[in-house]
Amino acid sequence: MELSTVIAGFGGQGILFAGKVLAQAGLLEGREVLWIPSYGPEMRGGTASCTVIIADKTIGSPIVDRADHAVVLNPPSMAKYAAVVAPGGLLVVNTTLIEAEADRDDIDVLEVPCTAVAKQAGDDKLVSVVALGALVGRRRFVEPETIHRALAVVLGDRHADMVEADMAAFDAGYEAGLEEVIA
Amino acid sequence: MTVVDRPASARPHSAAASRAHGGDAEDAPQRVLMKGNEAIAEAAVAAGCDAYFGYPITPQAELLEWMARRMPEEGRVFVQAESELAAINMALGASAAGARVLVSSSSPGISLMAEGMSYMAGSRLPVVLVNVMRGGPGLGSIGAAQGDYLQATKGHGHGDYRVPVLGPSSISEAIDLVREAFILAERYRTPVMILADGILGQAMEPVAPTFKTLAKRQPDWILDGADHREPRVLKSLHLRPEDLEAHDIELHEVYQQIAANEIRWAGERLEDADVLLVAYGTAARVARTAVERLRDEGVRAGLFRPITLWPFPAAALREAATGARVVMAVEMSAGQMVEDVRLALEGAAPVFHHGRMGGMVPSPDGVVDTMRRVLASSEEAAR
Repeated sequence: MELSTVIAGFGGQGILFAGKVLAQAGLLEGREVLWIPSYGPEMRGGTASCTVIIADKTIGSPIVDRADHAVVLNPPSMAKYAAVVAPGGLLVVNTTLIEAEADRDDIDVLEVPCTAVAKQAGDDKLVSVVALGALVGRRRFVEPETIHRALAVVLGDRHADMVEADMAAFDAGYEAGLEEVIA
Repeated sequence: MTVVDRPASARPHSAAASRAHGGDAEDAPQRVLMKGNEAIAEAAVAAGCDAYFGYPITPQAELLEWMARRMPEEGRVFVQAESELAAINMALGASAAGARVLVSSSSPGISLMAEGMSYMAGSRLPVVLVNVMRGGPGLGSIGAAQGDYLQATKGHGHGDYRVPVLGPSSISEAIDLVREAFILAERYRTPVMILADGILGQAMEPVAPTFKTLAKRQPDWILDGADHREPRVLKSLHLRPEDLEAHDIELHEVYQQIAANEIRWAGERLEDADVLLVAYGTAARVARTAVERLRDEGVRAGLFRPITLWPFPAAALREAATGARVVMAVEMSAGQMVEDVRLALEGAAPVFHHGRMGGMVPSPDGVVDTMRRVLASSEEAAR
C-alpha cells in the first residue's frame, strides 16, 4: 500500500497543519510516511500545499504525479490539482469557496462546504481539519481515532487547549464525508 | 531529545536497507517525525559537534535554527556569523583548535565558503559541511536542485584537492551519514560534504527517537598551546614549489586511501536489470518509483544509487551495468553526475540523461516517458 494525499489552499487555511496531522496518524499506525510542504514564495499570502505519502513499504518519489487523494480548499488549488488525481482517486472540494466543477468522470469527487462546516463546528480557521475529516470519512485509509491521537501529538502541550475544537471539526468533516453533504 | 549510545552499525547502505524492510520494527521505540534539516542538525549534536557556524539561507534555515536552540542547551558553541565567508573561517579556526565543527548553507552560500574550504583542505582540517542545494546559477530559486554536483565533487575552491561528498536519499540515511561524515573528516583530516537538497531539507519522515553518539578523539596535531611541547604549524601556504608539491603528494595519498576504502552505494533490483537508472539523493527516490512503474510495464529496470559522490563508485557501477542495454542518469540538473557515469562505464553501455532544472524536480512518469523514448529509438537503431 502506498497512498498519496495532496492538500492545497490559501496560506492560513491550516494546510500544512492538516498534512502534519495526517502524517503523524500514519506514523502512529506504524507506517512509513513522508510530509513535504510547498515552501516557495507563494506561501506568503498565496496558495500553500503539502503532500503526505503513507505506505507500508519504503517510500519512493516525494514528488506525486498521480495523487490518490487531493483536497482542494480554494479555486486556484482546484484548477491546479484536480488533474493530478489518479483515475479512481478522490478529490475533496471545498464548495464554500469553489464554484467550479471538476472536469473528471474517472475519479470520485466529494463536495463538502468545508469552510461553512468549520464555522458551524466552532472555528472557520479549522477548514483543513474539516476537509481531512471528510477525506477520512470517505476513504478510511487511517482510523479516525488515530487522527484524534495525532491531533493531540501535533498540537502538543503548547496548544493543548485547541485539541477539543480540532477534534470537533474533524468529526464534523468525517460525518460529512460519510454522508456527502451537498450545500 | 535524549541521546544514547547504540552499537556501531554496518556501512550506511546496508543499515538503510535493513531499516527499509522493517527488521526489528516491533521492538523499536516509537519513531518521531522530523524535518530533514532538523534531523541533520540533531545528528550533528548527537555526534558531539562542538561548534556550529552559519548564516541563514533557504532551504536550509531550519538547520541553523535547530542549532541556535540546541547548541547553547548543550553548552556548546553556536555562532550566526556576519556572512558565509566569516562562518567558514571561524570553522577553520575552531577546527585548528581541535573542535568538532559543522557548517551548513545552501548553494549560493556554499560558493562563498569555497575559499575557506580550499584553505581547510590545504591545512588538513576536518570539518563537515552541509549543502542543502537550491536552484541556480546565481541566487537562483529556493526550489530543490542538484546543480552543485560538479562544484561539490570536482571543485569547491581553488587548488589540487578533493573532498569526500555524501549524498543522502532519505532523512534516516542523512542522520547516519552526518555521523559518518564526522568519522571520515577526522580519520583522514579533511573537509567532508553532505550534499542534500531542498526536498530532503524540508520534508518530514519518521526517525528513531535517539541518535548515535561519537567518541571524542585526542588528535596530536591541534593547536592547543605549546606550553610543554614543540610548537605545531597548520597552514596551506608553502611558498617553495618543491615543498608544496611534497605536501600535495601527501594529500593525494590520503585521497587514494579514501577512494580505496570509503566507497558507498546502494542498488535496487539490479540482479536481472537490463535497463539501469543511476541517481542520488531525492532524484534517486523519484527513480525508484520510476523503476517500479517500468517493471509494471514489463521493462526489467534497476536502480544504482551512489552514496559517496566522491569517491564515485565507478567499479561497482560498471559491474551493475554489465548486461544492461541502456543506462540513464536521473538528476535535478542539466546533467552533471551523468559525466561520472560515462567515465565509469567507459562506453560499455549507452548512457542517457533525464533532468529538470532551476528547482523543478523530475516526476516518475517523466522519467518513464524518457526511458520509453530511449528504448524505442535504440530498438529502431538495432533494426
